[in-house]
Amino acid sequence: MSGTQPLSHFRQPLLPTPFHARNRALSQVDRFVPWAGYTTVDVFTTVEQEYFAVRNTCSLFDLTPMVKYRITGADGERYLNRLVTRNVTKLKPNRVAYTVWCDDAGHVIDDGTIFRLGAAEFLLCTAERQLNWLLDSAIGFDVAIAEVTETIAALSLQGPTSCFVLKTLGLTGVETLKPFDIRQFALGARKLTVSRTGFTGDLGYELWMNPNDAEFFWDALMQAGSTRGIRPIGSQALDMVRIEAGFIMPNLDFVSAESTVHLDRDRSPFELGLAWLVDLEKGHFNGRRALLAEKRCGPVRRLVGLDIEGNKPAHHALLYADRACRKQVGAVSSAMWSPTCKRNIALAMVDMPYFSMGRDIWAEIYLCRELVWERRIARARVVEKPFFAPERRKVTPAWDR
Amino acid sequence: MSSGYDSIVIGAGHNGLVCAAYLARGGQKVLVLEAAAHVGGAAITREFAPGFRVSACAHLLHMLPRALVDELALVRHGLQVASQPMASTALSADGAHINLGSPGAAVSVEDAAAYGKFMARLRKLAAHLRPALEAAPPRLGMSSWGDRSMLLRLAWQVRSLGRADMYELLRIIGMNVYDLAEDSFSSDGLRGALAFDAVLGSNAGPRAPGTVLTWLYRLAAEHGATAMAQPAGGIGAVSDALAASARAAGVTIRTGARVARVLMRNDRAAGVVLGDGETIEAGGVISNADPRTTFLGLLGAEHLDTGFVRRISHFRAKGLTAKLHLALSGAPEFPGLDAAALAGRLIVAPSLDYIENAFNPTKYGGFSAAPAMEIVVPSIADAGLAPAGQHVLSAIVQYAPYAPNAGWDAVRSDFQDRIIDTIAAYAPALRQHIIAAELLTPPDIEREFNISGGHWHHGELAFDQFYMVRPVPGAAQYETPVSGLYLCGAGAHPGGGVMGLAGRNAARRVLKKVA
Repeated sequence: MSGTQPLSHFRQPLLPTPFHARNRALSQVDRFVPWAGYTTVDVFTTVEQEYFAVRNTCSLFDLTPMVKYRITGADGERYLNRLVTRNVTKLKPNRVAYTVWCDDAGHVIDDGTIFRLGAAEFLLCTAERQLNWLLDSAIGFDVAIAEVTETIAALSLQGPTSCFVLKTLGLTGVETLKPFDIRQFALGARKLTVSRTGFTGDLGYELWMNPNDAEFFWDALMQAGSTRGIRPIGSQALDMVRIEAGFIMPNLDFVSAESTVHLDRDRSPFELGLAWLVDLEKGHFNGRRALLAEKRCGPVRRLVGLDIEGNKPAHHALLYADRACRKQVGAVSSAMWSPTCKRNIALAMVDMPYFSMGRDIWAEIYLCRELVWERRIARARVVEKPFFAPERRKVTPAWDR
Repeated sequence: MSSGYDSIVIGAGHNGLVCAAYLARGGQKVLVLEAAAHVGGAAITREFAPGFRVSACAHLLHMLPRALVDELALVRHGLQVASQPMASTALSADGAHINLGSPGAAVSVEDAAAYGKFMARLRKLAAHLRPALEAAPPRLGMSSWGDRSMLLRLAWQVRSLGRADMYELLRIIGMNVYDLAEDSFSSDGLRGALAFDAVLGSNAGPRAPGTVLTWLYRLAAEHGATAMAQPAGGIGAVSDALAASARAAGVTIRTGARVARVLMRNDRAAGVVLGDGETIEAGGVISNADPRTTFLGLLGAEHLDTGFVRRISHFRAKGLTAKLHLALSGAPEFPGLDAAALAGRLIVAPSLDYIENAFNPTKYGGFSAAPAMEIVVPSIADAGLAPAGQHVLSAIVQYAPYAPNAGWDAVRSDFQDRIIDTIAAYAPALRQHIIAAELLTPPDIEREFNISGGHWHHGELAFDQFYMVRPVPGAAQYETPVSGLYLCGAGAHPGGGVMGLAGRNAARRVLKKVA
C-alpha cells in the first residue's frame, strides 16, 4: 500500500482523472458518471458518433479508473497461479492474460487481466477494489501487493486506425505487437507502455503512462489521429462494443461472489461460459475443488449469446421455453441492436438444458411508446459469441493505414 | 516406496494417541510421529529442577471419560491415581477457606442451602449437553440425513430437560458467569471460585459473554469422566498408558521424528515428509497439531482456498494462561487448611472483581498484578515427584498475555514475583521454602509443545469457535478441505482438556470415511 494518500480525500468523494481537464473541455453534453471513485465521461457528444468511431475509425477512452494492483516478489507467479483460474506459469513476460478468480465455492469474484511485466513483476487489473482478498490470498506467499490505480494513467485507443495513430505518434514498430503483447516505448524522456489489449473486440491498444505525462499524450494522440477520425468516447459507447465482442461486465452480467447475499446468485466460470479460462490440471487454485465437483455434475445454467428476432433491444427481458411464456428459463443481462452486425443481440443467463447452441427460446420484451407499454414475445436463438469478430483484431502486423 | 501405513498421526499428544489407538483397534495400520523425545505433547511429566518433576501443563485428571479408560484398558496399561477424589478449596486470605464439596459454615446459610441445588441443576443441564461432545458435530446447511438427525437429537436432548430446565438453559447459556454467580450467591469467595472454573484456560474475564457456556462445557466434559484425580507420576502417566494401549493395539510410535510437511499427491494428503527429508507415505494423515500449525505450517496455504486460509488465520488461539512450578524444601503451609484440602485443588479467586481485575490489564498488553490461579501440591499424594521430604507446587496462572507490551524478557521475573507474592498471601512462609522456580508463559508453551499461540485448548473456546464451527467451518467434522487430511487435536470439537474425545471422534470419522 502506498500509505501516502492525502488525508483530505473525503472532501472530494469523486477524484478527477489525470485527463479530466481534457475530458471536461471536450464534453459537449456534460454527462459524467462515477466509476470506481473517479468522475468519468458517459457521453462526449452522442453515443452513436462514439460507437461508430470505435468500429470505423479510432476512439480514445480514459481507462484510468480501472483498478490496478502491482504484485511483486519471489512468489508472484505461484501467488497468482493459486489466485486465478488460468495457468499463470504459461504467461511469459510482456504478455497479458484475461482471467477470472473465484472464492472457495468456485464462484467468480471478478474478472480482469494480468500483465506480466517481468519474471517476478505483475500488474493485475480488476473491475472492483479487492485489496482485502488479495492480501488474505498472500498469506503463506512471499509477495508484495500495492494498489497503483492512482499512479498509472491509462488510455484505451481502439478502432481500425488505432495502429496508424500510434505509428504517427512515433511508436516505431508498434504494428508488430501481437494481441496480448506488451512493449515499452519512449517519446523523448517520456515513457509509454503499450499493450495490444482492449474491451472492444477490435484492433486496439491500451496505453499506460505516468500521470504527469497524461495531458501530453492525450494531446499528441488527438493530433496524430486528426486525419484518421480520432474521437474521445465515453462509457456508453464502450458498453455497446463490448456486448458485440461478447465480453461480460461485472454487476451487469454477473455479481461478484464477494457481494451477493443469495447463494444462488453466485456464478461459476462454467456458468459464465468461461470454461476455457479454467485449468483444472495446473495444481491447486482457489475454488478448484468446488469447480471439479461442478464439472462432474455440469452447470445448471449458462451465460449465452442470443440472436433475437425483430429490432427491439431485449433489455432485462425474461426468457421462456415456450411462446406462451409458461416456463421461465432465464433472463437477459445485456442487450442491444447491433448497428454493425445488423442483429438484435443479447447476453443472457439460461437454465439447463435450454442453453444448448441453436436452441430457440422466447424473450418477453417490454416497449414504452409515448408512455404506453407494449409487450412483445420474440423468438430468441442461442448463438455463438462473439457477435462481431473482425479479422483485423488479430492480424499481425496490424493494419496501419 | 510404500510404507503400508493406513494412517499417520502427527503428534503423540493425548488426542493423537487416543486417535491412533482407536484406529488400530478399527483395523488400521497406524504410525504416530512425535517431534519430542517422548510421547504426550503437552500432557507430560518432566523434571524442572534436579529431582523435582511436575506435570508440564494440565496437572489434574477430571475430563477423561470412564468409557475411554475402559475401552483402551488404561489401568491395565499402567494408569494409576495417586489421589481421588480430590477436594476443591477456595482460598481466603483470612483463613476461612471454602470447601467447594460442602461449603457449610464458610458461607452464609442461604448460600449453603442454595449451592447444592444450584450445582445439581447446572450438572443436569451439562449432562444433557454431554452427548454432543461424543460425536462429530453436524454440518450446517447440508441436507444429509445424518447431519439432520444429529441436530434433531441435540434439540431433543435440550427439550427432554423439561420446560423449566430448558428455559433455564436457554436463559443462561449466552450469559456471563459474573451475572449468574452474583444472581445466585452472596459470598464473594464462592462466587469467585465458581467463576474461576468458567474462565479457566480462556481469554475472558467473568464479565465476558459466553463464560457460562465455557462453564457448562467444563461440566459436560466432567460428566461421564472419573472423579477429579491426580494421576500417579503426573499427567505424563496418562500419556504413557495411552501409548502402551496404542502399542498393544499395534500402533507404531516414533519419537524424535519431527514432521516438516504433509506430502500432497494428486490433491490428496498422501503421507508426510520429516525434518530430515525422510518421506513416509500413508493412506491418510491425521494431525494432532493445532489448526494453524496444521494448515499454514505443515500443509501450506497454497493447497487451500483463500477463504479457508482467512478463517484459519482468524482462529483465535493466543494463550492467556501461564504455569508456575516451584521446587520447595518442605511442605507449604496454608494457615487454616487441613491436610486433605492441601492434597487437593486450591483456587485463588477470592471474588468476581478479583478475577475481572486480573483480566483487565491483559487487554492493554499488561499482566495480572494479582493473578487468579489453580494450585496443587502433587508431591503430597505422590511423593515420588520430589526428593524425600521435599515438595513441588504446580500453579495454573491467569492472566498472562501472549505478547506483553514490554516483551516477556523484561517482565518475566516481575510476573513470577507477583505470582509467588499472591500465593504467599495464603502461605506466608512460602518464599523461604523455594529452591527453584519455573514460569511457562504462553510463548514458552508455544515453543516447547509446538502449539501455535501457546493456547492450552489449541484455540479459544467461545461461541464462534465451538461445536459445529470448531475450529472453523470447512474443518469442523475432523475432515478438512484436503482429502486424506484430518484433525484430531484440541482445536477440533470438543476442544481442550485431557479428555481424548477429539481423538476418539476423529478416529471414528476416519474409519467411517475409509470403510
